[in-house]
Amino acid sequence: MADLAFDPKAVEQLSPPLVTGKPSLHEVTEAVSIHTELETHRNWYIALAISGSVTLLLGSMLAYLISTGIGVWGNNNPVGWGWDITNFVFWIGIGHAGTLISAILFLFRQKWRTSINRFAEAMTLFAVACAGIYPLVHVGRPWRAYWLFPIPNADLAMWQNFRSPLLWDVFAVSTYATVSALFWYVGLIPDLAIIRDRATTKLRHTIYGIASLGWRGSATHWKNYEKAYMILAGLSTPLVLSVHTIVSFDFAVSIIPGWHTTIFPPYFVAGAIFSGFAMVITLMVIARWVFKVEHLVTMTHLENMNKVILATGTIVGYAYATEFFIAWYSGNEYERFTFINRAMGPYAWAYWSMVSCNVISPQFFWFKKLRTNIPFMFVLSIFVNIGMWFERFVIIATSLHRDFLPSSWGYFRPTIVDILTFFGTFGLFITLFVFFTRFLPIIAVSEVKGMMIQTEHEKHYLPATTAGSPESVKAH
Amino acid sequence: MAQHSSIHGVVADFASPDTLLDAVKAARAQGYTRMEAYTPFPIHGIDEAMGAKPSILGYIVLCGSATGFTTAVLLQWWTGTIAYPLVISGKPLFAFEFGFPVMFELTVLLSAFAAVFGMLGLNGLPRLSHPIFNYSGVAGSSDDRFLLVIEASDKKFDANATKDFLASLGAEKLEVVEA
Repeated sequence: MADLAFDPKAVEQLSPPLVTGKPSLHEVTEAVSIHTELETHRNWYIALAISGSVTLLLGSMLAYLISTGIGVWGNNNPVGWGWDITNFVFWIGIGHAGTLISAILFLFRQKWRTSINRFAEAMTLFAVACAGIYPLVHVGRPWRAYWLFPIPNADLAMWQNFRSPLLWDVFAVSTYATVSALFWYVGLIPDLAIIRDRATTKLRHTIYGIASLGWRGSATHWKNYEKAYMILAGLSTPLVLSVHTIVSFDFAVSIIPGWHTTIFPPYFVAGAIFSGFAMVITLMVIARWVFKVEHLVTMTHLENMNKVILATGTIVGYAYATEFFIAWYSGNEYERFTFINRAMGPYAWAYWSMVSCNVISPQFFWFKKLRTNIPFMFVLSIFVNIGMWFERFVIIATSLHRDFLPSSWGYFRPTIVDILTFFGTFGLFITLFVFFTRFLPIIAVSEVKGMMIQTEHEKHYLPATTAGSPESVKAH
Repeated sequence: MAQHSSIHGVVADFASPDTLLDAVKAARAQGYTRMEAYTPFPIHGIDEAMGAKPSILGYIVLCGSATGFTTAVLLQWWTGTIAYPLVISGKPLFAFEFGFPVMFELTVLLSAFAAVFGMLGLNGLPRLSHPIFNYSGVAGSSDDRFLLVIEASDKKFDANATKDFLASLGAEKLEVVEA
């Protein structure tokens, strides 16, 4: 055993490197900051032009919807919730991985989160922004959207119904958006100060100086900062679990067959993490290559995320099975009908697409060869995203399209406005990323540096042959 | 010692967190009390070495949590029973069971505000100008340099003696910065 611990290769295998190539502190600063400082690349404008056009499409669809009415969407009796709520839950779910990485993995002292947390938190914010659009316009008169909040006002002359899960959702989603933004910004402050300190022009220095609020990195600053970060992580952990729980209450608290189940909260949370990690993989595979940070976002990071996808995907599969078991075991004929109809009715195509993408595809990650294969994980992560979209669609459409009386049976078909609006939200999501990756450090620089030093200190206790020289991370 | 009203202190520039930490300990042992370190990332153990008290942020956040929770209880109770009582599905006008999600969310929201704004308040931020920015190598403190400043307000401070002392601790660069 002792031999194992002292064999450098074995040590490397037991704890694979989170930063490869042993860069100096300065090299890390350089690698992360440089993309905000170089002259804007032609490709950036091309990316912005494409994603910006798609965002404009979203804007025009929303303008058309607001000026005409909700009827331009396919929602109608009996399917009153169509793509809008599907897409809302889809985007909110994506956001969950960001908070999980930034908060829960922080509390569990998972060092591998440091290279990916900034990026994942940005994803959370942008996904929540996309999600927020749907309930906002689905109210029909978005200029009255402030009626959702308990703000005293003369024109309403009444108060919100706090017994409704839809109102809980208002509080959950708006709190989630606010706290995610705060968490993200707090994490950014020291890194904005780095960009400020590296600024070569007065204008840059001023802008990043104001954005970093005059951060000095003093011991006092760090003391309060670390405390704040820890508290925010502690707050975000139950928060992120509560958000999808409350989203699932929108369904579970109703008495619609297929929705009225107690498994919904944990099943929704697992699904949200599943889809969110898949989205992080999709984006990170591209970003680490475009911004040449493969030595900071290593295969270890990607592999760990794939393991989370495997675990949560399996939980989701288990939840699907439990739903069917309970539908049979409950002896409730409506519940039973709904589930048989889900798997074999007119939406069987959607149901089986969902099962293939969510239950079968992540099982490939049992094989190390596949979960460390970049093209494979990229394709698989897209499958997971498609599958998770279908999950929400299946839940909403199959439970609604056949009401208790066959006279109110129907079939949901999206309109072109539905499709283009959803397509447009991807434009908004990517446009926000295009701006983020141009102007802000995409990796939490100060956290990565702290992690490098800490890791080096831990290795310090091993014999010199395995530890490498402790000087190796010393600044040059 | 003479008061140096126009001097902020002496900056010693170190190359690694370990030398900085040793320097802090040595400066404390020497009897210096008013010092500050500037580093690119938090250095563990530096607060103890500097004799700094733990952050009081937790108490501020606790006040935020209490405010959030109380607000949510009062808001739901008052709107439901006094301002606009309306029986819906035979449910009570107010109950902790259905009120819990909003109580939880508002508690988290106000705690998060307290954590962020409390942290900024305790750190005196935003503050865009500070004497440390007069140090010629200040940019390094967010990159790969570890600064220790012994401030002029320290009773033991003497520009030359303090400088010599810091040089003996292995500082690679020393500078007296203006206030």
